[in-house]
Amino acid sequence: MSSITNNIPKSLAQTPLATESARSGLRVTLSNALIITRREVRDSLRDWRIMVPIFILTLVFPQLANTMTRIFTSFFEDNEGEDLLPALLPLMPMVVGFFPISVSLVIALETFVGEKERMSLEPLLSTPLTNTELYLGKSFAAMLPPLLASYSGMAIYMTGLILGKQQWHPEPMLILQIVAVTTIQALVMVTGAVVVSSQTTSTRAANLLASFIIIPMSMLVILEGVIMVQPHKRYLLWYIVIGMMVAVVLLVRMGARIFNREELLGRSLDQLNLRWAVRMVWEQFRGPVDGGFKLGRWYRQSVFPTIRDLRSASVVLLICITAAFIGGCAAAYKWQIPLDQFEANDETLLNNLQSWFELGQNNPGLILLAALQNIRVLLAATIFAIFTFGVMNLILVSVPFGMLGFILGQVVISSISPLPFIVAVIPHSIAEVPAIVLAGAAALRLGSIITRPPDDMTVGEAWLRALGDTLKIGIGIVLPLLLIAAVLEVLVTPKVVEFVLRL
Amino acid sequence: MRPATVIQSRVKRVGRQKAIGRMIETYELTKDFKGFRAVDQITFSVEPGKVFAILGPNGAGKTTTVRMLTSILKPTAGWAKVAGYDVVKQPSAVRASVGVLTEQHGLYERMRGIEYLDFFARIYHLSPENRRQRPLKLMEHFGLGDALDKRLGEYSKGMKQKLALVRAMLHDPAVLLLDEPTSAMDPQSARLVREAIKELQREERTITITTHNLTEAQSLADQIAVIRRGRIIAHGTFKELSQRFVGAPLMELHLTQQLNGAVSELGGMVEVVEQGDRWLRYRTPEPSVINPQVIRRLTGAGLEIVTLSEVSRTLEDVYLQIVQEDEGQEKNVKHNE
Repeated sequence: MSSITNNIPKSLAQTPLATESARSGLRVTLSNALIITRREVRDSLRDWRIMVPIFILTLVFPQLANTMTRIFTSFFEDNEGEDLLPALLPLMPMVVGFFPISVSLVIALETFVGEKERMSLEPLLSTPLTNTELYLGKSFAAMLPPLLASYSGMAIYMTGLILGKQQWHPEPMLILQIVAVTTIQALVMVTGAVVVSSQTTSTRAANLLASFIIIPMSMLVILEGVIMVQPHKRYLLWYIVIGMMVAVVLLVRMGARIFNREELLGRSLDQLNLRWAVRMVWEQFRGPVDGGFKLGRWYRQSVFPTIRDLRSASVVLLICITAAFIGGCAAAYKWQIPLDQFEANDETLLNNLQSWFELGQNNPGLILLAALQNIRVLLAATIFAIFTFGVMNLILVSVPFGMLGFILGQVVISSISPLPFIVAVIPHSIAEVPAIVLAGAAALRLGSIITRPPDDMTVGEAWLRALGDTLKIGIGIVLPLLLIAAVLEVLVTPKVVEFVLRL
Repeated sequence: MRPATVIQSRVKRVGRQKAIGRMIETYELTKDFKGFRAVDQITFSVEPGKVFAILGPNGAGKTTTVRMLTSILKPTAGWAKVAGYDVVKQPSAVRASVGVLTEQHGLYERMRGIEYLDFFARIYHLSPENRRQRPLKLMEHFGLGDALDKRLGEYSKGMKQKLALVRAMLHDPAVLLLDEPTSAMDPQSARLVREAIKELQREERTITITTHNLTEAQSLADQIAVIRRGRIIAHGTFKELSQRFVGAPLMELHLTQQLNGAVSELGGMVEVVEQGDRWLRYRTPEPSVINPQVIRRLTGAGLEIVTLSEVSRTLEDVYLQIVQEDEGQEKNVKHNE
């Protein structure tokens, strides 16, 4: 019987059968990832449940779409609507391209969790492949067949359109836009689905969580459709492409960060333990306070240390706010409003301020109203932050500062003294700006922490702890500051402005 | 750097001569999951060419230990080295040096046997020649030569188990971690696998087996560790363990005639445990020294001996005794608390 080993003693740590030369870096990573991709693609090609829909969507659906387009074209021509056709015709290639890539979601969702269910994941995880190689290999495999099907479907459909009765000759840029939008959509769906798949323990759970990808993507396709039918606004599609590219980068970063062998074999998102979640948030909200709960101690030992933790996020937010303010000022120079033509003068301003002040004096509810307005905006920004990795929060918080910059710019350009404007902003800003920065920073961390959770925490745990911190900062710092700001805004600011105007 | 490159550069660094003393080494290796300690400060080492068996009830921490040794799970505390590589700092090098047979075979059912092995051969960067020849050689060895072109979905349970073992051996690793290697096999296949393990052992491969098949563990293992609730509760060779937990070797003596007080002849020399009309059992820590004296004494007293043999003790007896003692200790601790 021949030896089953290579007859080399293994007291030396070596693998004589391995031929890997001294290559390193991206080439090796890609080459290893492609080993996984080839196997997975081959597996997909052998699965009729994947191939039949792809086949139909690639070859049959474009033909049906062509027929439908022909009917619509005739309808428009019969009703003297030919002019609308150039706007409407590009819609269908987008739809024809979108359906096949939706299959990528199914493959991607199945990619890790399916293997986990079939118990074939552990042998793969026991190989020397790195986490990045596994992640990339699986992502490529989920994307390639549907994307190729999507391109084929669009090509078949557009060939029919170009050579058919419509004789449609789209601009190359339009085709490029459609292909770019379709490709980036596939990337978003696959990178998102791979993240979901790597964090769940059953295909069922992964499919349920997929709605978090399908719903926003469907809404985006509708938005793209609305833009597409307005040829002069099609440039907006490039912004969507850029936005989705950012999302892809964040999702890849998130996937690569949270993709590790331990997560794949152990942890899961699909077991929702509400009690544990509440406890986690409460623990973080309370913080490491010694002994019984006392307000002073809570601030010292829990709230203030959390402010320190928010330093990086606060810096990011401050940069955005400053940029928005400067941008607003710059915009004022570009789009000037002739303020000097308005009839308002110091006297009317004084009268208005007087009545506002009296209103505030007689109606303390106005203070609450002013505070509620800020709370509402910050709350909305926090909610948007959760769904946009913190990006929308940055925009929403920065926009008012951009507007302030714009107004100040207009005032300066119109040679009106900026002093009343400045004193109208400064008193309550002393309390309001720190509140906005801290609230925005906490929301930014809440939205972005899932892309890079700390090493010793799961995604869920990190997010719940960030939520605890957000609530802590919100209740402990932001809310009192906003109330102070509202009091200043209603009761003090008008007085200060009045004083300055009287000067 | 790629694992093989790491290994090659390392081998070059040590001049390809310096042998690694211990192929597997752990020190206070610990793994915690949320509020639960799966592995609790286990320390052991395995030398090259040795077979190490990890035994223990379900949920004892065997699989978690193996997963830490393959760098799939990161230890919470302690450290482990496999083939000289740290499981935390050099995970790829560790995984390149080990072959793993997992508890579930986890095969891709739509692939053919040859495709499956080629896939893993590529992952391990086998040379094109080895990629062609090694799967054939191993499949032939395990009697799967005819099944190379069959889809894995058509394989029987035993065939799947053998294929998974071939996969683990494909890159000729220095260390093999085998979880229940013969669990789904018929006796003939199981014997084939046991012989393969012995052959690997002869070729200085280091093997760790986790199993519930105690006969198999007894026949293969040089060292045995019993794990319970994440802790090693007993560790040593079979001989050492049996001596420690079920006492000195038990001898059984049969005579042609009745004993008639012959036991007194042995007074003080051995500890007589049981006796009948014409037979007796005694314990002695050193049978090679004591038995000839016993024979001399009894024949000198005019007794004729039919047989004198050691009562065989299986690993099962030893294992059950170990677990029973640990359970007893646990109950005592709880009671005292």
